[in-house]
Amino acid sequence: MKTDNTTDTSKRKFLGGAAAVAGITIAPGVLLQTVQAKPDDQAVSNKVRWGMLIDTNKCADGCTDCVTACNSEHGLAGHDRPETDTQYIRKVTLKDKQTGHVKTLPVMCQHCETAPCADVCPTGASFKREDGIVLVDKHICIGCRYCMMACPYKARSFVHEDVYDQKDHTPRGKGTVESCTMCVHKVDKGENPACVTACNKEHKAMYFGDLNDANSEISKRLKEHGGKQIRADLGLNPGVRYQGV
Amino acid sequence: MVSWFQKNLQKSMLAVSVLLLAGSVNVNAEVAAPVVPKGKGEQCVEPTGEMRKNHMEMLKHQRDETMHNGIRTKKHALKECISCHVQADDKGQVARFGEDGHFCSSCHNYAGVNVDCFQCHADRPQELIGKGHKIKPHHTANFNDASVNKEALQALSKVSK
Amino acid sequence: MKLIRYASIDGNSNGYWGLMALFAAFILAALGSSYFMEHNGHYVTGMTNQIVWGLPHVFAVFLIVAASGALNVASIASVFNKKAYKPLTRLSALLAIALLMGGLIVLVLDLGRPDRLIIAATIYNFKSIFAWNMILYSGFIGIVGVYLWTMMDETVNKFNRIAGISAFVWRLMLTTGTGSIFGFLVARQGYDAAIMAPMFIIMSFAFGLAFFILVMFATYNGTGRELGDAIVNRMRNLLGIFVAAILYFFLVFHLTNLYATEHHGVEAFILRDGGVFTNLFWIGSIIIGGVVPLLMVYGPFCKKSRKALAVASVLVIIGGLASMYVIIIGGQAYPLQLFPGMEVSSSFFDGVVNTYSPTLPELMLGLGGVALSLIIVTLAVKALDLLPVSLADSVADPHHKD
Repeated sequence: MKTDNTTDTSKRKFLGGAAAVAGITIAPGVLLQTVQAKPDDQAVSNKVRWGMLIDTNKCADGCTDCVTACNSEHGLAGHDRPETDTQYIRKVTLKDKQTGHVKTLPVMCQHCETAPCADVCPTGASFKREDGIVLVDKHICIGCRYCMMACPYKARSFVHEDVYDQKDHTPRGKGTVESCTMCVHKVDKGENPACVTACNKEHKAMYFGDLNDANSEISKRLKEHGGKQIRADLGLNPGVRYQGV
Repeated sequence: MVSWFQKNLQKSMLAVSVLLLAGSVNVNAEVAAPVVPKGKGEQCVEPTGEMRKNHMEMLKHQRDETMHNGIRTKKHALKECISCHVQADDKGQVARFGEDGHFCSSCHNYAGVNVDCFQCHADRPQELIGKGHKIKPHHTANFNDASVNKEALQALSKVSK
Repeated sequence: MKLIRYASIDGNSNGYWGLMALFAAFILAALGSSYFMEHNGHYVTGMTNQIVWGLPHVFAVFLIVAASGALNVASIASVFNKKAYKPLTRLSALLAIALLMGGLIVLVLDLGRPDRLIIAATIYNFKSIFAWNMILYSGFIGIVGVYLWTMMDETVNKFNRIAGISAFVWRLMLTTGTGSIFGFLVARQGYDAAIMAPMFIIMSFAFGLAFFILVMFATYNGTGRELGDAIVNRMRNLLGIFVAAILYFFLVFHLTNLYATEHHGVEAFILRDGGVFTNLFWIGSIIIGGVVPLLMVYGPFCKKSRKALAVASVLVIIGGLASMYVIIIGGQAYPLQLFPGMEVSSSFFDGVVNTYSPTLPELMLGLGGVALSLIIVTLAVKALDLLPVSLADSVADPHHKD
């Protein structure tokens, strides 16, 4: 949702560095944020649709800053068992069979508008928040893994073993399914997701913002340069878009 | 979110367990009342009686509001309970969920009411992680001791495969 | 037509108790396996983030599909008024319930959080075919239970036909629902086909009947009751038709896929390059589960042999499990196509054929489901008057001429 600037100025945080990229200057020294803090007691609304834009031309081969940032943000320590360890975000390398052209890009939950995981979930544990972020309510997830069968993006992981000392903003435990939360705990505070922040330190290949706001950085970039959806043929209208693929 | 049926089922199950508990207390009168660790602050967010009776309802309500609507008020949030009520002792050690010294366990162990909150949520404030007793709930999965962990787990998985 | 007399079996023989002990041992092993998996977490199984449904699901879906098929015999009698099948309607209904329970217990014990079954039973997302299936499954047990009641209680016998028709319609919905679990998975190359639903219905006919024939043989042999050729030969024919129909559906399914270039990859994988999946498909599903049973049913040498029919039924079940394995696990082994036309690689197994090696606990859990189904039948035929005292030709079909 786009908050009225006057409602809760105390909670508004002016972000330095990375997030400033996503702001527009209306007068010298005044920054009007497009990624804006939501008052704690206010429910999210569908006026906002959070999304991400990944410019694969800037995504560096061999760089895994987004992955590292995600793992540390969410406390995703693995057990050195790649087949069962959780991954919210991964770097995928593409090689064009015809031309041999190679590209790398991060893939995570694409936060579909019509999310197959939420459709197939028997208990409604997989759901889409009003602001477009797709989450798993682990309190009612029974661990059937039908969502993992349904997800076209391989974006989900099942917690295959006990977890201890979780981050308090990312509770996670054995027997439930999980995936990228778009750092919903940060977004609600008006901050960028951890991967975007990390990427913006050097390569600036990732943008986060409100797809419903025509003036947001992400919307303007998408309007100007376009952005592809992975598996657009499925018509899922994902919230994550790619340029340069 | 929770249907009428489920709510009532839980209530009746609770009633049954309370009855069972009452029975066992009568039989075994020597069971000492739980010693509940003191919190950090002066006053809880609600009167003590109210908390004792309804903390689960408040937590559940807050949980659904946060999860689905992004409401992040602190008053009834589990994170806040933990950060106030779970404290290090004189030696800098923190009791873990399951041990009588842990705020939640002190009563839940006594009442024999099992909760699964801490299968996903941290049982200590973030700044105290690493300072608790190391519990080994089931097998060897262990927090910071990667080497021991890996070997033992490999052995275990071999047994299974 | 003579009045059919039903009686429970004595169930005091060593054989009976031996069978009970055997089934109980398997059930205990399944419970132990489930505890082992739940206690440690699923990493101790062969299932991974790539192959999320494994051997337990192969058994569970197989049993659920077979359950609705086991009701065939009753449906043919009640809905289509074929009198010859009338004497066996009770066993048919009971076997249907038993197989479904066996399948469901496997599904439940494999959940990440089986302790939260109450949530699955009380919170429904009605857009989920899985949630609908839970209603279809519990409804099936209820409706077939009532159906069984109308067969066994004279006072409610007048409702028998309506109960039979309801159960028949319901079982069609149930198998449609089960097939749609896979048919609705649009993203996966191996699934996403409307033909999945009718294909599952045809498979259910064959698997269920195969189970039924074996249980019938076992009980009648074990109790020394008379079983005439009339009924046996009808079932022999029926099994042949169902098996042929499965082969036809396989043919249509793969031909349709082969026509679309988009599906060439997954077809080549299943039919030619998929290693264990290719072998299971050709040797398991087609030869063991299809061609050989057809020969044993219709071939001139085996035509009158009951042993041949029993072996054919066993082969149909083995072939059925192979088919389920190919559909469920093969469908996951073939990589998701995120970027068509590209060679893909990542730390998360993008673009590679996923491997799966089932572990003992998974196998024991699946077999435990079968054992639960069979122990229910074994108990029920002792406790209830389910089986006709005689199924001699004069009882089954007065007009039968040898």
